[in-house]
Amino acid sequence: MGLLRSYRLRLQRKRWRIRAFRKRRELSPRADRTDRIRPGDILLFATVRNEKVRLPYFLSYYRNLGIRHFLIVDNGSTDGTAEYLAAQEDVSLWGTGASYRRARFGTDWMNWLLSRHGSGHWCLTVDADEFLIYPFCDTRPLPALTDWLDASSIRSFPAMLVDMYPKGPIDAVPYREGQDPFEIAAWFDSGNYTIRRNPRLGELWIQGGPRARAFFADDPARAPALNKIPLVRWQRGYAYVSSTHSLLPRGLNLVYDEWGGEKASGCLLHAKLIDTFGPKAEEELERRQHYAASHEYRAYLAAMRQTPDLWCKWSERYINWRQLEILGLMSKGNWA
Amino acid sequence: MTGTVGFLMLVHASLGRGAQVARHWCESGCPVVVHIDARVGPEDVAAFRAAVAGLDNLRFARRHRCDWGTFSIVAATQAAAETMLAEFPEVNHIFLASGSCLPLRPVPELRDYLARHPDTDFIESVTTADVAWATGGLDTERFTLRFPFSWRSHRRLFDAYVRLQRRIGFRRRIPEGLNPHLGSQWWCLTRATLSAILADPRRREFDRYFRRVWIPDESYFQTLARRHSSRIESRSLTLARFDFQGKPHIFYDDHLQLLRRSDCFVARKIWPKAERLYEAFLSNDPQVTKNAEPNPGRIDRLFAQATERRTRGRPGLRMQSRFPRQGWENGRTCAPYSVFQGFAELFEGFETWLEKAAGGRVHGHLFAPARVEFAGGERIYNGCLSDSAALRDYDPEGFLVSLIWNTRGERQCFQFGPADRQEVADFMLGDRNASLSVITGAWAVPLHHSGRDFAEVRAEAARLQAVEARLVRRLREHWVRAGVRIWPLADFVAAPVEPLQAILAEVAPQDGRRLAELPRMRDLTGFAAFLQRLRNEGMNPHLAGDFTADLVPPRQGREAERRRARG
Repeated sequence: MGLLRSYRLRLQRKRWRIRAFRKRRELSPRADRTDRIRPGDILLFATVRNEKVRLPYFLSYYRNLGIRHFLIVDNGSTDGTAEYLAAQEDVSLWGTGASYRRARFGTDWMNWLLSRHGSGHWCLTVDADEFLIYPFCDTRPLPALTDWLDASSIRSFPAMLVDMYPKGPIDAVPYREGQDPFEIAAWFDSGNYTIRRNPRLGELWIQGGPRARAFFADDPARAPALNKIPLVRWQRGYAYVSSTHSLLPRGLNLVYDEWGGEKASGCLLHAKLIDTFGPKAEEELERRQHYAASHEYRAYLAAMRQTPDLWCKWSERYINWRQLEILGLMSKGNWA
Repeated sequence: MTGTVGFLMLVHASLGRGAQVARHWCESGCPVVVHIDARVGPEDVAAFRAAVAGLDNLRFARRHRCDWGTFSIVAATQAAAETMLAEFPEVNHIFLASGSCLPLRPVPELRDYLARHPDTDFIESVTTADVAWATGGLDTERFTLRFPFSWRSHRRLFDAYVRLQRRIGFRRRIPEGLNPHLGSQWWCLTRATLSAILADPRRREFDRYFRRVWIPDESYFQTLARRHSSRIESRSLTLARFDFQGKPHIFYDDHLQLLRRSDCFVARKIWPKAERLYEAFLSNDPQVTKNAEPNPGRIDRLFAQATERRTRGRPGLRMQSRFPRQGWENGRTCAPYSVFQGFAELFEGFETWLEKAAGGRVHGHLFAPARVEFAGGERIYNGCLSDSAALRDYDPEGFLVSLIWNTRGERQCFQFGPADRQEVADFMLGDRNASLSVITGAWAVPLHHSGRDFAEVRAEAARLQAVEARLVRRLREHWVRAGVRIWPLADFVAAPVEPLQAILAEVAPQDGRRLAELPRMRDLTGFAAFLQRLRNEGMNPHLAGDFTADLVPPRQGREAERRRARG
């Protein structure tokens, strides 16, 4: 990489950080318990909006994995999300009514909280419908993974989004608060993903899955990105560029091996396509707060009216991480 | 039974676990001497002392600051060993362990085992010429170069200084009488050997020499034991394995059964929070006694597989953490597949025939412009691949790689042709798993039957021939790795049995089936005249070969006669 390019990326990184710094004023603390964070704790960062019904399972899932503190931004919920979160002992909550879109879909807020509270910690940045699966997650807690990453001098860990869907119309079975969403959305696509490398930041651009084949079959370039790097040993000066798809400095994006080997990786099971999806899509379309003028949501709504069933006879039913490993969606790397 | 085994324990992190193991050994009647890294803070040391309070067979050695790869670790070991030899005269064997070691078998078993080998030193000790594990190419040079810079904190200086010494041909002299040996840091020596090493009259000279050797903890005792031992068993009683980067593999709760079946005495490293392992193994439960020889084979295989996965990966897999550069794929696709060009055009129901005759999965034109023609006309195929042409054309190579990956265990065959999207052609030609069978000029057969306006047909024929000619030219490039068979249409029509037999053998190699039934060739009446008409219109269908012979009346067909006689 040329000096000039590397300098440009440096400037860009600073710009994102300054932007995050300016956006800090949009966040007002609702429950600041960050003084309870201990060195070595693994932290979780999230932006939520009207996720009350999903949060109980979300919090318990990540508590079980070994997350010690949740740092959450509530973007103007009206369903009691803020009150619920503020009452949790291991949650620090910030509220904002500002524009999600103008905070670059929450990335600026996350960057601010990460640089303020994340330095020196392993930080997991996810949405309320994303559930991390990593090698040996059924027998080893998350600190086992982060200890191993530390020992291997690895700073970032990739986990691609795997869209999960139910058999039958996605709004057929209502989701109950506290329920494991994958009891309903138990199915996924095992092998229809496309990958290309973004030469500028070095990250892999992954698309595909049920959303691509059902909603974007005529316009695959617009299908949502599935590559994510949610787990990072944060240092001051790092910045997420767009959502958790890519970071700067760009070395953090090199989570894949280019010489034929496999690095360790996980998956984020995505519980988006359940009955809460329809109303959410309508609402998001109205708010126009999403990427590319909510093109994604428009495509969903149009397609959902015609083909409400994403399931087909080649759909895989989720069993465990070993299944995802065998199918080639994730890898143990040399972690044994 | 006389005497016992004493443990030297070097600790620097997760002291709580070290204290737990030290207490276990002490309470099992084995003296322990602990060396705590001088860098460990006073509170942690106090906590450790409190955790082992009241044990009368535990001592602390003089503390050294230990830096990885330097002599300080040897110095710490020497200090602990001297304390052990001086304070516990009943100790016959001295076992070197670390704070992240975990005993896997009851202490009495280890004691019995050592009593059965009273004069044996268990220390891995291999000459530099024979080591297989040393990473970074430094094996003999560990002993002949100087290493004043830390590898951990000043990697560049370290490397530059090594390069400089190599260039100017610098070599240190190895002290006379020493034959450098390498081996695992973790050993179990007899009192006699250890005393002799520590009391060697030339110890000052040796220590001075090893102070400048690279990673002396893997060579000091390993070399000197060769000088003093009467009987060396060159293996370690500690199960410790390193990955391809030279960092130790770590054991977790889910390794419990594996560790138990290994019958090794001590394992390293254990993850400090592996609650179940510590709970299960820190007992002297006689029920687990088997008195077997240590057998780490299964664990070695597990770790070898992990290294293989990390360095070579799964061939033909593209995923979020494996995206090889061109030429590094270690196999572009994961399994052999067959591509047929011109067969479906020449034979009626070729796909059905092939599926029946050879098995496997036979698709139509996967790269047809309108949609993906999956076998059986499926809209969605294995792995949820869609038949949408747009999705396929978004990444045609990826589409093919995914299809072959998704159908592992079942051979894929598909049709290809000049009317299809050609982007994927070069990728297939460079793939050693692909085998292409091409009948050139066969695209003219459906044109002949199409009954379309002749001007249209002529233009289409010119287009298809240009595309196919480009492919044929590329088949001869030096980078082609695919297996290629190619026949002009005329030759194939004259003698189809042999090529079809060869194709069956390729698709279903194991069950050497003979050709029971030929696929039905389309009616070629008037085909030669059709080609001639193309020629008359100024378009030369040269890829179809010399067709006049076969289809003109026999009186003029000497060429055809000859060919038939040959076939």
